[in-house]
Amino acid sequence: MKNNKKASPWNSIKVGLLSLLAMVIFAYGFQITKVDLEELRSENRQQSLVRVTRALAQPEIFEYEQVEEIVNYPIYVPCLSDGNQASAPERSASDPYLVITPACANPGEVIQVEGFNFAPLTVGPVRFVPGNDPANVVSLGRENAETDSDGHFIVSMEIPDRVSDDVQFIRATLRRNIGAPHFSKTAYDTWNKIVETVFLALLATVFGTFLAIPLSFIAARNLMKTVKSPLTSISLSVLGWPIGILLGFVAVRGVGNFSAVVGSNVWVNLAGIIVSPVLAWLGLRWALPQEEITRPSQNMRFARLGVILLAVLVSFYGLFQLASLAMSIGQTLEAVLGSFSFLGYFLFQVGDIVAIITPALGGLAAGGTLSSILGRMGQLGSEKLPVSGIKSLNLILTLIAGITIMGLLGQLIEWLYEIGEPMYTLWGPMAVGAIAGLLLAVLTKPKDALPIGMVVYSITRTFLNALRSVEALVMAIVFVIAVGIGPFAGVMALGLHTIVSLAKLYSEQVESILSGPLEAIEATGANRLQTIIYAVIPQIVPPYISYTMYRWDINVRMSTIIGFVGGGGIGFLLQQNINLLNYRAASAQMLAIAVVVASMDYISSVLREKAI
Amino acid sequence: MLQIKNLTKIYDGGVKALDNVSFEVPDGQFLAVIGLSGSGKSTLLRCINRLIEPTAGQILWNGEDITAASQEEMRRIRRKIGMVFQHFNLVHRSKVITNVLAGRLGYVNPAWSLLNRFPKEDMEKAIKQLQRVGIAEKAYQRADELSGGQQQRVGIARALMQDPKMVLADEPVASLDPVLAHSIMSHLEDINKNDGVSVLCSLHFLDLVHRYADRVVALNEGKLVFEGLPKDIDDKKFKEIYGRDAERVG
Ligand SMILES: Nc1ncnc2c1ncn2[C@@H]1O[C@H](COP(=O)(O)OP(=O)(O)O)[C@@H](O)[C@H]1O
Ligand SMILES: [Mg+2]
Repeated sequence: MKNNKKASPWNSIKVGLLSLLAMVIFAYGFQITKVDLEELRSENRQQSLVRVTRALAQPEIFEYEQVEEIVNYPIYVPCLSDGNQASAPERSASDPYLVITPACANPGEVIQVEGFNFAPLTVGPVRFVPGNDPANVVSLGRENAETDSDGHFIVSMEIPDRVSDDVQFIRATLRRNIGAPHFSKTAYDTWNKIVETVFLALLATVFGTFLAIPLSFIAARNLMKTVKSPLTSISLSVLGWPIGILLGFVAVRGVGNFSAVVGSNVWVNLAGIIVSPVLAWLGLRWALPQEEITRPSQNMRFARLGVILLAVLVSFYGLFQLASLAMSIGQTLEAVLGSFSFLGYFLFQVGDIVAIITPALGGLAAGGTLSSILGRMGQLGSEKLPVSGIKSLNLILTLIAGITIMGLLGQLIEWLYEIGEPMYTLWGPMAVGAIAGLLLAVLTKPKDALPIGMVVYSITRTFLNALRSVEALVMAIVFVIAVGIGPFAGVMALGLHTIVSLAKLYSEQVESILSGPLEAIEATGANRLQTIIYAVIPQIVPPYISYTMYRWDINVRMSTIIGFVGGGGIGFLLQQNINLLNYRAASAQMLAIAVVVASMDYISSVLREKAI
Repeated sequence: MLQIKNLTKIYDGGVKALDNVSFEVPDGQFLAVIGLSGSGKSTLLRCINRLIEPTAGQILWNGEDITAASQEEMRRIRRKIGMVFQHFNLVHRSKVITNVLAGRLGYVNPAWSLLNRFPKEDMEKAIKQLQRVGIAEKAYQRADELSGGQQQRVGIARALMQDPKMVLADEPVASLDPVLAHSIMSHLEDINKNDGVSVLCSLHFLDLVHRYADRVVALNEGKLVFEGLPKDIDDKKFKEIYGRDAERVG
């Protein structure tokens, strides 16, 4: 046999030093994390541990109606100097009563409390009630009495250090369950919050998934590496975004105002909803022929563009009408549906949300469209125009684009930090943007295709990685501040975390797809969008489904604790009960969490098997 | 007529995959491209439809400069050039018919692709192409349920959907056994002889070259080392193309 490593004293010393180092690190870790078994052994700890464990073992799910027998007996602490005793309260012969020996005592002395005529087999506390008011709810001591079958009990208790000239009381409260068990209030609260928890996870997962999908494409290296554009095209499409967003927002809001003027009459709404999609569809059918062998004339193309624009505005009108209809139906339903009024509430809210976010959507859509149209014009221009013309065009365009972008960024900073110094938040950034734009135009060759795809890819990746490193719980704290305590903050936080982490996972899947089909689809003359739809998406469906399921499991877990910071769901209740030392209620909630997490796990594993 | 003029491709790593290659292909010719693996055959074919950007040189097709075409123009040029691959390059999880229909993507309006809609004529055409290659009954199966030979026939049907004027076939039979190889090659021959489509096909086996090709170009380390008729490849030429140690078999 051959010995590969020679045994040298050096090696032994190295191993020895490394072990020593490991031990020192561990020792320090013990100190830092305060490992202390002494604490575990202390009697106080053990007692509370037993108490809490017992409470946890009896989750407060069911409860009984209870009847109580309360008897107060007067006592002087200390004994009066004249030797008088407090007089026993009046009672009829069948009433329960107490006998105390001795009849008065000093603090610290032990007395015996004996009860008679109580209901048999009941339990309850026997306490010292300080002050001269027998109705006082404050009581001291921790003795418990348990009656025998004759309704009799004896307990000993120590008189606490409460000295008074007035009479004070010993109180026995004996309780008995009657009737069948029923769900406790805790159980109802827990149920409500568990439902909230599950829906919190559901909404966050759905929203997160939808937004993560497009992000994952621009965070995938293999798709973005081939995206290259000349500077003219880049600066034009950069300019297209803000202009398009502004125009789109204003236009769609105009449509919204028009829709509001038309009113919320149900029949008008209904007509709008039916007519506008039909019109839009017809328009699009005409303007976007399915196949075209020859290139259409310039006029034809303008006419088509106009029709598409109209069709889009008409469909936005339909959307507003739909929102208005949903809101009025929701309102009606909410009034008449009784215990299903949440359906009406849902409709109303959805309508409201649609009405609010539609202008923003319109803005984004217009921004994207204008940017891509301008980008294509830039591409064409830089292919067809002479080099010198492109050079000067680039100078102008990059100048404007640089000024616009940096100016907007500066205004964002102004809005965030309220610096109030236009030198730093407007003119300065604009100057920097202008210089950067000019430099870019001067330093690059005018017709070179620049790797803009990789730039977008790197920015997206950095952004995703940075956000992903923030825990969802921390995001929840921020959102609680932004939108207030409640499940909405939780949905936002979990949703955002879902977006960034899924986008990362998804994009890794996009990066690992086979390049062969991609190449084949590209070779047919398909454009980028078609390549993604026909070659990329079919390949990523299974991993996307399984990652979404995996995220769903995580979100269910997260949503159970996000309430700890005010993000809604069952965590809020759990934390409250723990703080109030109400361990039996807390136990009910922990049980609910366990049941929900386990059953959702099971459901998602079944679905996963079905889907893949 | 396809004219390749002084075509050079240097990859990012510095590999010179094509070195000043020039030749011409008249319309309707079946041209075989031969050479050792790594000699630049795939690079050459991919430069023709610009899946790979050439570093220098010119490609003219019926007078139109492919190397100078804009993205829009490239879409129109590519849809007239069908391509068949060694590893078939089907989208596995899609149905056979979808894979075939993908051949129309250069013609249909991209907006309708979002909805996964193709015109009715295209659907009929797709079935017809599948009938032509003899697997119409597989149209609604998933592509990865098919055998290798069947997948390559789907690949040919996809290329046919493009109404191509030229087909680039990159070692179309290298992953198939010899019997299947002849069946695939005869489909390409059919397209070439009956539809008058030019075929540029890279091949490994000389017997296939003799059987199917009108003309041959040979590459060695990116350089054009032979251009002529298949029967002109004598022992001396053979050694030039495949290296001194190569032995002629069969
Ligand atoms: N994407 C690439 N990047 C760098 N080098 C490559 C790439 N593709 C191919 N090559 C190199 O280019 C040369 C020609 O390859 P290729 O065209 O695939 O040859 P063939 O198809 O004849 O086997 C080989 O040396 C190969 O290593
Ligand atoms: Mg090859």
